[in-house]
Amino acid sequence: MNRISALFSKATEPILNVYTTAGFPHLEDTMTVLNALQAGGVDIIEVGMPYSDPVADGETIQLSNQAALEQGMSVAHLFEQLKDMRQTITVPVLLMGYINPVLQYGVEAFCAKCAEVGVDGLILPDLPMVEYEASYKAIFEKYGLYNILLITPQTNDERIRHIDSVSNGFIYMVSSASTTGAKTGISAIQETYFDRIAQMNLKNPRLIGFGISDHESFIKASKNASGAIIGSAFVKMIAQAKDLQAEIIDFVQSIKGKK
Amino acid sequence: MSFNVDERGYYGNFGGAFIPEMLYPNVEELRSRYLDIIAEPSFQEEFHALLKDYVGRPTPLFKAERLSAKYNTNIYLKREDLCHTGAHKINNTIGQILVAKRLGKSKIVAETGAGQHGVATATVCALMGMECIVYMGAIDIERQAPNVARMRMLGAQVVPATSGSKTLKDATNEAMRHWINHPVDTHYIIGSVVGPHPYPDMVARFQAVISEEIRFQLQEKEGRDYPDYVIACVGGGSNAAGAFYHFLDEPRTALIAAEAAGLGVNSGHSAATTFLGKPGVLHGSKSLSMQTEDGQVIEPYSISAGLDYPGIGPMHAHLFESGRATFYGVTDEEALVAAVECSQLEGIIPALETAHALAVFERLQAKPNEIVVVNVSGRGDKDLATYQNRLKLND
Repeated sequence: MNRISALFSKATEPILNVYTTAGFPHLEDTMTVLNALQAGGVDIIEVGMPYSDPVADGETIQLSNQAALEQGMSVAHLFEQLKDMRQTITVPVLLMGYINPVLQYGVEAFCAKCAEVGVDGLILPDLPMVEYEASYKAIFEKYGLYNILLITPQTNDERIRHIDSVSNGFIYMVSSASTTGAKTGISAIQETYFDRIAQMNLKNPRLIGFGISDHESFIKASKNASGAIIGSAFVKMIAQAKDLQAEIIDFVQSIKGKK
Repeated sequence: MSFNVDERGYYGNFGGAFIPEMLYPNVEELRSRYLDIIAEPSFQEEFHALLKDYVGRPTPLFKAERLSAKYNTNIYLKREDLCHTGAHKINNTIGQILVAKRLGKSKIVAETGAGQHGVATATVCALMGMECIVYMGAIDIERQAPNVARMRMLGAQVVPATSGSKTLKDATNEAMRHWINHPVDTHYIIGSVVGPHPYPDMVARFQAVISEEIRFQLQEKEGRDYPDYVIACVGGGSNAAGAFYHFLDEPRTALIAAEAAGLGVNSGHSAATTFLGKPGVLHGSKSLSMQTEDGQVIEPYSISAGLDYPGIGPMHAHLFESGRATFYGVTDEEALVAAVECSQLEGIIPALETAHALAVFERLQAKPNEIVVVNVSGRGDKDLATYQNRLKLND
């Protein structure tokens, strides 16, 4: 069983997925960050593959991408960093990124490498569902990789049903019409949207992302879904961390309310 | 073989709509409605009336006698430089703002590199009373101060793009981000035949008026409605798409695209995408783009701010791959020589972008009885500082 499905089937508490940019804050920090996230009690780790033109991301993640690339990060180097990941990391790991670097690596070679190092799924926001179904789905499935698709407050019900039928693992529910890190907190309008989706009885569980930055917003989002995703707030924190490991553990525990 | 877009939004292997889900409703709304809107009689009437009375169309097709004599052939200049605002860009912004109105949008966002598309967008927003935000690379804002001033005088808000390389590609990213954050009331006017489907096709349709006019103007002047060659410069490729459009399926017309080779195709300072690019996804469509082995987008270089884009539209990628169009790389130096030549033989100072198209006559070797049409995409006023500096006009 894919680690993501296993996690959702046995989870009793809200699931916390944390996004981090690979090769950030320093090139060789990737595994340090992953190990600390797990030590802090994170449930899913989402590793961002830096890209020069990340259009779905706001300034914080964009700048971290830029810094990582300037430090020499690449897809090939990331696989090098992750090659012994499964000796310590037991939680599900997702790679998040944009389609172009994946195309240049070669889709099949990329998926094979993901399976080899123990990646469980992919989030590629600019790979649309129609392209995924036509050209990628068979390859992803061959290597046991889940494709995590997004829905937004503007996604209509018919399309949500279709996304649900194509998805596996979970659906990434974007909390508002925005890029990452653009807004913080959860408003009443958003809660109505969360509620509407909750009542659709989708086959896949949902995690809510965008605008989640602290324990309060994490708990609020988790009321209407299986859990939530934190990205920009985490990246902002590690950008300034003096004791990377200790501060990551502290951050995760405070989000989860274990501190 | 078809050179037009198919129902999936592809030109051969290129095109599509590689966009985040956050943009899907906007792009889908546009995709599902643009053809019907454009076909409406009221749209056609308004579009053509504005092209005529506001833009000043049809633009002349001028027989360049002295250039023709020099190259021993028949050279015609399609005078898009005489359009209102000084370039072909306004054909597209007029069309798109009329689409935006019919979609019920009240605000416009756009990207600009050299500022020509930004000015053309700010112009139509003023005309239609719509709010206008233009993203422009912070570096370009410094380099293109007169166009920044024009946009502001027209009432547009010019926002510096400070991410990445702070130029056109980053301005495009920022405009897309803005659209993601304002999905309901805003239309994004892309300035070239790039971006997710249906943009490349929609922009090509609005620019197609260029080749439509070339056809009837040639018929009048030469008794045939096609040239042997159409030459246009290609950055993203909107003026070329317009100049080629009605000749795509005319086998008697050779399509010639001039790309900016900067300091030389292999100098490391170039924007010649068909020579240096690989298939990939940039700004929402699959096309050829300049990128590293790792798939990171490379910042291109050209003396011309309108040609230093790291990709080309998917239509052009298909024209290149299929061999339907021939692509030439033209260096900064060659473009400067051609700009002087056109200025001094014909009394027309071309934009630096256009100068690249004017630089291929020597290589073309057209015969004395053949007809060559060059699309003069813009006028050179905006490039005067570069000309002054590089040609030492004030020394």
